[in-house]
Amino acid sequence: MIYAYFLIAIAVVIGAQRLPDLRAKRVLFLLLGAALLCAPIFDRNDATFNVLADAGIFVLLALGLNIVVGFAGLLDLGYAAFFAIGAYTYAMMASPQFNLHLPFWLLLFLAAAFAALFGIILGAPTLRLRGDYLAIVTLGFGEIVPQIFQNLTKYTGGPNGIGALDFPSFFGRSFGQGTIPYYYVVLALIALAVFFAYNLRDSRLGRAWMAIREDELAARHMGINTTAVKLAAFALGASFSGLAGVVFAAKLSLVSPDLFQFQVSVLIVSMLVLGGMGNIPGVVVGALVLVLVNNVVLPQANTIAATAGLHVDFGNYHFFIYGAILVAIMLFKPEGLLPSRQRKEELHHAAT
Amino acid sequence: MLRLERVSKRFGELVAVNGISLNVLRGTIAAIIGPNGAGKSTLFNAITGIYPPSSGEIFFEEKRIDGWPTHRIAAAGIARTFQNIRLFSFMAAIDNVLAGEDAHLHARLWDSLLHTPRQRREEKEARERARELLRFVGLEGVSETYARNLPYGSQRRLEIARALASRPKLLLLDEPAAGMNPREKAELGDLVRAIRERGITVLLIEHDMGLVMRICEEITVLDYGECIAHGTPTEVRNDPRVIAAYLGTAVA
Repeated sequence: MIYAYFLIAIAVVIGAQRLPDLRAKRVLFLLLGAALLCAPIFDRNDATFNVLADAGIFVLLALGLNIVVGFAGLLDLGYAAFFAIGAYTYAMMASPQFNLHLPFWLLLFLAAAFAALFGIILGAPTLRLRGDYLAIVTLGFGEIVPQIFQNLTKYTGGPNGIGALDFPSFFGRSFGQGTIPYYYVVLALIALAVFFAYNLRDSRLGRAWMAIREDELAARHMGINTTAVKLAAFALGASFSGLAGVVFAAKLSLVSPDLFQFQVSVLIVSMLVLGGMGNIPGVVVGALVLVLVNNVVLPQANTIAATAGLHVDFGNYHFFIYGAILVAIMLFKPEGLLPSRQRKEELHHAAT
Repeated sequence: MLRLERVSKRFGELVAVNGISLNVLRGTIAAIIGPNGAGKSTLFNAITGIYPPSSGEIFFEEKRIDGWPTHRIAAAGIARTFQNIRLFSFMAAIDNVLAGEDAHLHARLWDSLLHTPRQRREEKEARERARELLRFVGLEGVSETYARNLPYGSQRRLEIARALASRPKLLLLDEPAAGMNPREKAELGDLVRAIRERGITVLLIEHDMGLVMRICEEITVLDYGECIAHGTPTEVRNDPRVIAAYLGTAVA
């Protein structure tokens, strides 16, 4: 059953790209949205919506990182840091930790703002760097942030993290233990994120990002303030991640530093590479495919192996499996499953 | 309009530009010529703030601009093209031109995020201006083609259109005729004149003497980073030092 959700969503997103007519495309997405909204009426399996909400969180993360890496061309390998900042914002302000119990909806805004602020703080020292050097520095930030949360034991609970986070409530009704309310929140946030991402792409700012990605020096000569434009990319990208962090923390009712390790950053970058960097439907597909593999296929493979009397934990091999998927993509479709026109041509030219 | 006062640029031991003073008058087409390595492009880079001068002062419309960041100099009204074309390769021709308009757009972050009515109106007007510029340089049919996929001569024209989009008062052209055939060069000459008709002062670096002599009113000759001659085409053409610099020997 869970496969049906993923496969239908992936099929719709890919199929829509083949439709020449913008109107037909919109109708198709509206239908998908309506189907996803109605799904919990017919299917009351909490576990399903738990996985779907997780998938949605990663879609949000992929959309956010796509702004930094895909649009502006700034390779960020420490993106999980902003996810952590969003999650800890909720954990510290809606839990017994400081006896603060701010509402979930307020914290969504606050976390997005905090993450954006840290996006600027961490982005500022890297402004002169590009490519490999930028990747190394952001990787460093990605390591530093969870370390700080781990070592500020007094405030963050150290390695144990913070537990017993508040359940969010909606007009006085608590979300409770169920996962369906989170699923709805995630759907709404994705709709918002997709709307923002498209608007940004087709705007002055999106064009400036493209220009600095293509040729930063020429962009500066056109009067583009590259400092401001890059910081905007870091801030906006981080804010998506902050939102995702809040939902993630609230749903799990727990945060700890090990949830935001380097692997998470790598996973999100992999989603972009797999799906097609810079292309919004592409990165959505990339996120869905990898979550499907990670959260559905691998656990099921374990069960199958166990019934066959084998004791293997495929979860331990997930990086091996991503690696294999990425190598295959690089060999057969280096621009990703659903690339943007630019990226397709870029790689085509690079090969010739 | 543009005044350089004893501008020098040193890279370590190498003196690329040595004490150049130059005055470009409003409404002229002026040229900087000189053998390869004479410091012409370095001078352009100093004017546009890529390499701030080691010493000397640069004034643009009586404001001192040396030390300003490049994007601010561009916004103040100096646009340029590059010796090796530096277009945004994988952006449509029209998007290249629109990127050039950036400094004159007012959309803030919120406008970009929400596509406010103000933003939509501005984008529409910007697009209209960009189309007009593409028409002006003779590229009306290819607005959606990636810059990378345009023929060489068209790329040079697109770079000029992109520079014009930033509404410059002064346009710096770095070897605009390089690699062009005689017909393209003639068209380029007409285009440069048409740009001046729009009230834009032009300063160009060029090796094609035919073109320079035909369209420029003022010529400055550089050699080994120093100004060796300055004047009208006729004056420069008959200057023995210029002939020596180009032919490498003293003239009898």
